[in-house]
Amino acid sequence: MSEMAATPVPLPAKRRGAQLLMLALAVGITMFAYANVGLALNGKVPAGMLTYGLGLGGFMLAAYLVLAKWAPWADPLILPLVTLVNGIGLVMIYRIEESHAIGTGGASATNQLIMTGIGVVLFAVTLIVLRDQRALQRLTYTAGFVGLFLLISPLIPGLGKTVNGSRIWIGFGPATIQPAELAKIALVVFFAGYLVAKRDVLALAGRRLLFIDLPRARDLGPVLITWAVSLGVLVLQKDLGSSLLLFGTFIAMLYIATQRTSWVLIGILLFVGGAFLAGQIFDHVQARFEVWLDPGRQEFFDRQLGGSAQLMQGLFAMGAGGILGTGLGQGHPYLVPLSFSDFIFSATGEELGLTGLMALLMVYALIVERGLRTSLAARDPFTKLLAGGLSFLLAWQLFIIVGGVTNLIPLTGLVTPFMSQGGSALLANWILIALLVRTSDAARQPPPQAIQNEGLTQVFQR
Amino acid sequence: MSELTLLLIRLAFLAVLWFFVIAAVGVIRTDLFGSRTAAAGPRKSAKPTKPAAKPKSKKGEPRQLVVTGGPLQGTTINLTETPITIGRANDATLVVSDDYASSRHARLFPQDGQWIVEDLGSTNGTYLDRSKVTRPTPVPLGVPIRVGKTVIELRK
Repeated sequence: MSEMAATPVPLPAKRRGAQLLMLALAVGITMFAYANVGLALNGKVPAGMLTYGLGLGGFMLAAYLVLAKWAPWADPLILPLVTLVNGIGLVMIYRIEESHAIGTGGASATNQLIMTGIGVVLFAVTLIVLRDQRALQRLTYTAGFVGLFLLISPLIPGLGKTVNGSRIWIGFGPATIQPAELAKIALVVFFAGYLVAKRDVLALAGRRLLFIDLPRARDLGPVLITWAVSLGVLVLQKDLGSSLLLFGTFIAMLYIATQRTSWVLIGILLFVGGAFLAGQIFDHVQARFEVWLDPGRQEFFDRQLGGSAQLMQGLFAMGAGGILGTGLGQGHPYLVPLSFSDFIFSATGEELGLTGLMALLMVYALIVERGLRTSLAARDPFTKLLAGGLSFLLAWQLFIIVGGVTNLIPLTGLVTPFMSQGGSALLANWILIALLVRTSDAARQPPPQAIQNEGLTQVFQR
Repeated sequence: MSELTLLLIRLAFLAVLWFFVIAAVGVIRTDLFGSRTAAAGPRKSAKPTKPAAKPKSKKGEPRQLVVTGGPLQGTTINLTETPITIGRANDATLVVSDDYASSRHARLFPQDGQWIVEDLGSTNGTYLDRSKVTRPTPVPLGVPIRVGKTVIELRK
C-alpha cells in the first residue's frame, strides 16, 4: 500500500523492457562464467559455451514470451534472478564434470540443462493453465491429500528406493524422482487454503498469559498433526531436511495468517523438543547432532556413514576460497563428495569466494523479497498466504542447506534451489516460480475500474 | 593463460555479479518510487498547484471523511488525491480494531472528482447505505458506508 501513498495514481508499470534487459544480463553472466571456466581449465573458450549459453538463453526467451503473453503484469525481476542462479548452477556442474575427478561421475551439465528446459516447459504450462491462482483455493483438500501421499510415497514397498541412507526416492525403472519436492508445493497450497478458512478462530480465540496470547487447546490440532507428520518423515524416511522444511513453512504461514507470536513459540518448542527426542532415540539423527557440535573430531571425521568428512571438506573449500575465491575453474571443488548437488554451495564458495557467495545470497534474497512484496500487495487472503508461503519456503530451504553447509545448523540433505543438480527439485522449483509469477501478476494488475458512465448502462424495469 | 589475465577475469566476474545485483535493486527502486524524472515531475508541479487546486475544486466534491459510528467515532481524515484503505491491518489509512472487519477491508479512491468505494474481498462485506458493495461504486456525499461496526461518511 505504501507505493499507493507515494504516487497519486497507483499504476504499477509492466516494465517488460527492464525484465528483458535483466534477463539478457543474467544469460550473459552465465556465458561469461562458462568462458572463465574454459579459459582456466584449458586455456581456451570452451565449445560448450555457445551451446549451453544459447540453450539457456533460448529457454529463458521462451519463458519470457510466455510470461509476457499470459502474465503481463507479473513482477519483472523474478525470472531474471532465477535465471542467474540457475545459470551459475549449470556452470558449476559443468566445471565439476569437466574435472573428471573420482566421484564426480554423477555430475552432468547436459542433464541439468535438459531439466532446466523441462522446468521452463512446466513453468509455461503452469502459467497458461492456471489463469487465476484462486482456482487453487478450491483444491485445498485435494492438494493436502496429494501432498501427503507424495510425502509418504517413498515408504510404499516396491515404489520407494533408499539412496545414501535416506528413503526419499521413488523409482519407475531407471528414472527416479524425489516426491517430497513436489509435495512441498502441494502442501503450501493446502496450508494457504486451510488457514484462510480457519484463521479467524486461530487468531482470535484464546486467552492472554503474561505477554503472549495463548491459543485454545483444541485449536492446536492442525499444528500437532503437521508436527507428527514432519516427525514421521524424520524418523521413517531419515530425511531431516524435508521435515524441518515442512514444519517451518507451516509455522511461518500460521504466523502470516494470524499475526500471533505464540504460534511461532509453540512451533519452535515443539520442533526442538521433537528433534531432541529423536536425537536421543535414533542413531542417524544423533550422528547428525554429534557432527554438528564437533565436526573436527577425528572419530567423527573417519566415520564411514554420517561422518563429518564431507562437511569438513566443504568448510575447508570455502576457507580456501577466502574473500575473492580461487576463480572459476581454478579451485578443487571436486574433492568434496557430492559437490555438484548437496555441496554446490561450498563449491561455489571456493571458486567465487565470500564476495560471490554474498552476491548469490543477495539474488536469492531479492527473489524472496519480490515474493513477500507480492504477498503484501495481493488483494485476497488466499493469494497473500500462497505468495508468502511460497517465498518463505524458498528462503527457508536456502537457510537450511546453507546453514547446514556452513555448520550453523545440523546438516540436512536438501538441495540448493535452482543450483544443485537434481531434476525433481529443479522442476518443482520452476513450478513454484510459476505460481509466484502468477500471484504477482494478479497482485500488480491495476484494480478493476469503476464503471464511469452510468448512462450507458441500461436498466430494464418491469 | 597467464595468472594476471585469470586474476583480472576473476575480479571482472565478481564485479559483473554485483553489478547484476545492483541493477536488480535499481529496478526495484524505480518500481517503488517511479523513475527519477517521473518522480521529480509531479512532486515539483504538485506543490504550486496544490493551493491553487483546493479552491478550484467544485462545491460538490467531498473534502473530509468522518467516522460517524463505531469505536473511532469522531475521527476525521482530510481527503487528498491518495486512496484511503480501511481495515485491521496496521498499514491501513483508517485502522479499525474490530473483529467484524477484515485486515484489508475496503478502499476509497478518487476518480474524476468522484470517490469510489471498493470492497477488498472482506469477510463480512462493506455496505453503502443499505446495499452491499459488490463492485467499485461511487459514493455520494453524506451516505453512510459501513465496515464492521464502523460507519463512515464523506462530507464537504
